Amino acid sequence: MKKIAFKVNGVARSYSGNPDMPLLWYLRDELHLTGTKFGCGKGLCGACTVHLDGEAVRSCITSMKSVAGKKIVTIEGLSAKGDHPLQKAWKELSVPQCGYCQSGQLMQGAALLKEKPKPTDQEIDDAMQGNICRCGTYERIREGIKQAAGVKS
Amino acid sequence: MSYVLRISRRGFLKTAFSAGALILCARVFPGKALDALAAEEWYPGVYLGIEPDGTVIIVAHRSEMGTGIRTALPMVAADELDADWARVRVVQAIGDPKYGDQNTDGSKSIRDFYAPLRQAGATARLMLERAAAATWGVPAAECRARNHQVVHAGGRTVGFGELVVRAAKQPIPGKDELRFKTPADFRYIGKGVPIVDFDDICTGKGIYGIDARMPGMVYASIERSPVLGGRLTSYDDKEARKVKGVLRTVTIEAAQPPYGFQALGGIAVIATSSWAALRGRQKLKVAWEPGANAGYESESFRTTLLETVRRPQKVVRSIGDVDAVFARGGTIREAEYYVPHLAHATMEPPAAVAEYKNGKVTAWAATQNPQAVQDAVAKAVGIAKQDVICHVTLLGGGFGRKSKPDYVVEAALLSKKVGKPVHVTWSREDDIRHDYYHTVSAMYLKAATDAQGRPTAWLQRCAFPPIPSTFDDSVRYGGDGELAQGWVDVPFDIPNLRAENGPAQSHVRVGWLRSVANIYHAFAVQSFIDELAAAAGRDRIEYFLDVLGRPRTIDFKAEGTKYANYGKPLDQYPWETGRLRRVIEVVAEKSGWAKRKPEKGRALGFAAHRSFFSYLAVVVDVQMDEQGRISIPRVDVAVDAGRVVHPERVRAQFEGAAVFGASLALMGEITAAQGRIQQSNFDDYPVARIGEAPKETHVHIVPSDGLPTGVGEPGVPPIAPALCNALFAITGKRIRQLPINKTKLT
Repeated sequence: MKKIAFKVNGVARSYSGNPDMPLLWYLRDELHLTGTKFGCGKGLCGACTVHLDGEAVRSCITSMKSVAGKKIVTIEGLSAKGDHPLQKAWKELSVPQCGYCQSGQLMQGAALLKEKPKPTDQEIDDAMQGNICRCGTYERIREGIKQAAGVKS
Repeated sequence: MSYVLRISRRGFLKTAFSAGALILCARVFPGKALDALAAEEWYPGVYLGIEPDGTVIIVAHRSEMGTGIRTALPMVAADELDADWARVRVVQAIGDPKYGDQNTDGSKSIRDFYAPLRQAGATARLMLERAAAATWGVPAAECRARNHQVVHAGGRTVGFGELVVRAAKQPIPGKDELRFKTPADFRYIGKGVPIVDFDDICTGKGIYGIDARMPGMVYASIERSPVLGGRLTSYDDKEARKVKGVLRTVTIEAAQPPYGFQALGGIAVIATSSWAALRGRQKLKVAWEPGANAGYESESFRTTLLETVRRPQKVVRSIGDVDAVFARGGTIREAEYYVPHLAHATMEPPAAVAEYKNGKVTAWAATQNPQAVQDAVAKAVGIAKQDVICHVTLLGGGFGRKSKPDYVVEAALLSKKVGKPVHVTWSREDDIRHDYYHTVSAMYLKAATDAQGRPTAWLQRCAFPPIPSTFDDSVRYGGDGELAQGWVDVPFDIPNLRAENGPAQSHVRVGWLRSVANIYHAFAVQSFIDELAAAAGRDRIEYFLDVLGRPRTIDFKAEGTKYANYGKPLDQYPWETGRLRRVIEVVAEKSGWAKRKPEKGRALGFAAHRSFFSYLAVVVDVQMDEQGRISIPRVDVAVDAGRVVHPERVRAQFEGAAVFGASLALMGEITAAQGRIQQSNFDDYPVARIGEAPKETHVHIVPSDGLPTGVGEPGVPPIAPALCNALFAITGKRIRQLPINKTKLT
């Protein structure tokens, strides 16, 4: 089988299994990067969000063949020391409750800030609409993004 | 694979503590059978130990699913010990009856363990103080623990760690010898500390049930009967076994009613990866004999329930003579309400790994109740309870779903058959189609009113398949616990009042969901009182307070009413209407209720409710545009939850509950046709997203020195009626059936 080459959190990787396998399971089962979560398997909840060449994607519906030559960043690689402005804001504002969806929320939020460093409330809501939090931490997620962006509440 | 830990029950404490640590439990229970201990017994020691290096280790015996309990309870012990929080390490307990109740459900962790954890801290503190006194040859009364050391009145100090050896030789003090801090001396209680899991959560290192790994484990995905109680009649797994990575298939025997915590049964695909298991499962050809529940149609069942509540039913509370008042005629109002089944839809679906080996089971599970795991797994695989070791991971949401350990039983049964550790992860479709659903309910309310619109007689009837029927399939009437949740305890001061409950049979598994029966009872009662206020043309809050009457303690005993009161004595946790009045006054003020001017497409809605001993009043600010799209700019919640241990996490719980309540009210509905659940994922079972959730929730904690009460669940029940009351104010349409999106509002 043809080898698929790509990078995960800066490390070169290659994969030769079924090219249709979703990236999510590769990250979780093969690399043991379990910070990326399974939530729905259909791109409906955002728990599995990672960056593919800087863009937020749902790894549960991103096939291995589509990551050839790309750079993947997971929550484990978002920052070297867990000190991305969003990670800091998340702790300062005590955003998480159960925490399960927060990897995806942070990755989605980080992609937003890269594109729009000073997002409005509406831009935040639009960007985060695909990420479900059953604990209901949305208000603090919005505040966390604004704090990291230095946007006044 | 940093999370591979395989340790025996005896090994648990050895792993948590080094040799030479002061471990109170070892001294408290010399040789006493752990199972023999009752929950209320005096046993401070199981939760706390101190290492010779001064590290204080506190055992968290409740499950962390987002409430912060894994931080808050250890924090209570640390405060009473006067430990430096920076030198405290929290260790998660395995399932073991010696910790007392571990079912992290019912909003009772702080309520029931605030005192025991303080006792644990106070005991250790006294032993350290006495050890220091002995070292220095001074009276113990002159020694005080201060910030991780003991200080003598003369100025000498010694660290906790240095005292461990001598403290361990101290006799365990009796309960009457303990001194407790006064609130003025609290370092952490009422203030809070950072949540211990946030570093891991924010970097993706938190380990949930779905992330737990055991060496040599395989993955399973299980096809279950689409109808509860269905039986596998035939299957063809040829194509499934051709999928690369699939090892084999294994059948699990169909569960028999009552379903309880049994594995549902079905056929599992065992594979070397999650994806292979899922793909293999898609290629299974399976035939089912659907069984007795194949006739279940939720739409016609709604009619059945409504017909039930239109007829007289079993009386569960009666004051005065309702019938006599109704017979006199006058102004009478009636209304029927309906709340459908709901699914928990925790973000982490049920997940666990288990290994059956040499007659013992070791499991790592996202469970709210590790002791129930022990019981259910032991029964299913035929071993003794103490031979089931259940480690508790973080939970990606619980909401009551993970109090039921059926998925851990599946993993254990499969491991026994496969001879390897087996990891079971439910797909989202499995989760939505095979949940222990929030029950479906109908309520009928009727009132006669006087010239001021005040009720002179009030009748209420409810019917719902009761949760006890999941454990005893002959049960048809609501359990005392369910009826105590906002039904029997309607607090209004009405001279003639009767509550009734009718029978209903369940055709799906029903179980606890965040605030449980309070959801539908509060929806009906809090909507109906708003209907009466509207009919009287009176301000809703002024009217509510009028009907609530003068502050009083409801005397259920005197009126001859059986009231379960969440399993606690009424003299300890009375029903005080004055506390409800207080939170109503606070929420009215904070929300600007009285000053609010009428505005097109925007209104406030109000509801107030007591559950889990906490008193809640809620004002929801609702906006509706011309297309009928609803948004919630603001929610105000006033709460009296007794003494609050970790205010920030308490606020978080009420913020989250507002979202959870809004979600179920706006869009939550599970339906069945031919016994099959018709929803499957977040596309057809939507939950509130950032755009639908309340934009701001302001939580107003009413200061109290009372006993701590529940905070995880009480925020949910008032939200749905408050929302519908606001929508009535906007549209003039009364929503009596949830979810709201069933009703056309424009």
